[in-house]
Amino acid sequence: MKSFIPREVESLWTLFTAPIVWAVHFVVCYGAVAVYCAKTAMLGFEFSTMRIILGGFTVVALGMIVLAAYLAWRQWGFGSGDPPHDEATRQDRALFQGFATLLLSGLSFVAVVYVAIPLIFIAECQR
Amino acid sequence: MTGEGLTESCPGRCPRLCRSSVALLVIFLSSCSGSQSALDPAGPEASRVAHLFFVMLFGGAVIWVAVVAALIYASRKKNAHSEESAGRVILWCGAILPSAILCALLSYGMWLMPAIRPWVPDDQPVRRIEVTGEQFWWRVRYLDETGKTLFETANEVRIPVGEPTHFALKAADVIHSFWVPSLGGKMDMIPGRTNPLALQADREGIYNGVCAEFCGESHALMAFRVRAVAAADYEAWLSERSAETRTNGLADAEGLAVFLKNGCGACHAISGTAANGRIGPDLTAFGERNTLAAGTLPHTAEDIARFIADPAKIKPGVRMPHFGMLQEADIQRMAAFLKELK
Ligand code: HEC
Ligand SMILES: [Cu+2]
Repeated sequence: MKSFIPREVESLWTLFTAPIVWAVHFVVCYGAVAVYCAKTAMLGFEFSTMRIILGGFTVVALGMIVLAAYLAWRQWGFGSGDPPHDEATRQDRALFQGFATLLLSGLSFVAVVYVAIPLIFIAECQR
Repeated sequence: MTGEGLTESCPGRCPRLCRSSVALLVIFLSSCSGSQSALDPAGPEASRVAHLFFVMLFGGAVIWVAVVAALIYASRKKNAHSEESAGRVILWCGAILPSAILCALLSYGMWLMPAIRPWVPDDQPVRRIEVTGEQFWWRVRYLDETGKTLFETANEVRIPVGEPTHFALKAADVIHSFWVPSLGGKMDMIPGRTNPLALQADREGIYNGVCAEFCGESHALMAFRVRAVAAADYEAWLSERSAETRTNGLADAEGLAVFLKNGCGACHAISGTAANGRIGPDLTAFGERNTLAAGTLPHTAEDIARFIADPAKIKPGVRMPHFGMLQEADIQRMAAFLKELK
């Protein structure tokens, strides 16, 4: 069976995966709540439903970040070598990028959690 | 400094240092109480804010002590630890612990929010006062349950003790911010928006409020008073002020005539007279106020006269023209008349 996870991803783009998930999650959460509060009557469902939808979205976003982190961890050789990877070699470049991506994924994970925390505490829309 | 002073040894200097630091401490601590201090809360909202502050202060102090202790430890003990354990310290104390602490603080702050910012739907009947920030004063309107204006006043807000009063905060020109430190957190006043805020005082008294968002030249001279009175007194005052016809203080017909003759009524209203301007503060019960020109001057006839003659000298950028060209006697006359308006 072919693995769902690609065997090798070595593009600069993977570096941005987690921050992009963070950015999209942020915009979607804020946008969705703003639209919901402006159009509650039209949408016709409770705020708690909104909470659950965005909670689910948060779980998906965190899952994608964890996947990005796993790929980065793999690219970094599962931590087999210590930074700094600053030799002018192809291998060191890959290791460095893997490590940087891993750190960015950690940051994005925490950020997504912080963005989602207000969902637990918001009482309802204020008008 | 004299040569003698320079040769003074440390033991001689330390007591002086101690004395001055004690004096400083006393100054700081004395500024923690009074009518304009978030650390001397007079109501439940302000208590929660003060509590949050002390939690932060305590937490910050603990972390500071820990960091300094680690610093001292590190400077004394050289090369005693492996690079690997140093890496672990960085991971835990530099990333995981701060993230967890921030997470806890964020949750705590969020959890406090509904209590600090209680909110009632527009259609729920509560006591509402509308306050509009204007450069550089506060328009205050008391509303009935349906949101209709009962009457207008300025620069002083009266609230009943022991129950929340709901404020509808607006701005007429630029962004201002409404802040009564003893009663709660601040709330911005944004043109085109109505921001809600609920404040409650548990002690009778007079509390200072300020504009907490830079709004122009006289921003620092834009203050107000909140007067918290017993609920029964409040009701009595409210119905007295809501009554349409007023004659108190207008016994001084001559003063009123001078006031009207000089065109003050184009900007200022005095209920029950021909003065019905809405550009400046309502002066109907001006004599009741404790301060003049939004907390800028004491409320004396002398200062009122000084303000009328040259408002911009007292409040730069003020939206009231100067009347220094009037006869001194007329200015005195109007000041005396206004002082007695109750
Ligand atoms: C162009 C409009 C305008 C005219 C005319 C005007 N004022 Fe004013 N006045 C204002 C404004 C605006 C303020 C608020 C100033 C501030 O505190 O920033 C004010 C403030 C005051 C205050 C202080 C009010 C308070 O609540 O502390 C007094 C007293 C006063 N004016 C008296 C007079 C008298 C007396 C005259 C006539 C000689 C006069 N004003 C004419 C606009 C006007
Ligand atoms: Cu202001």
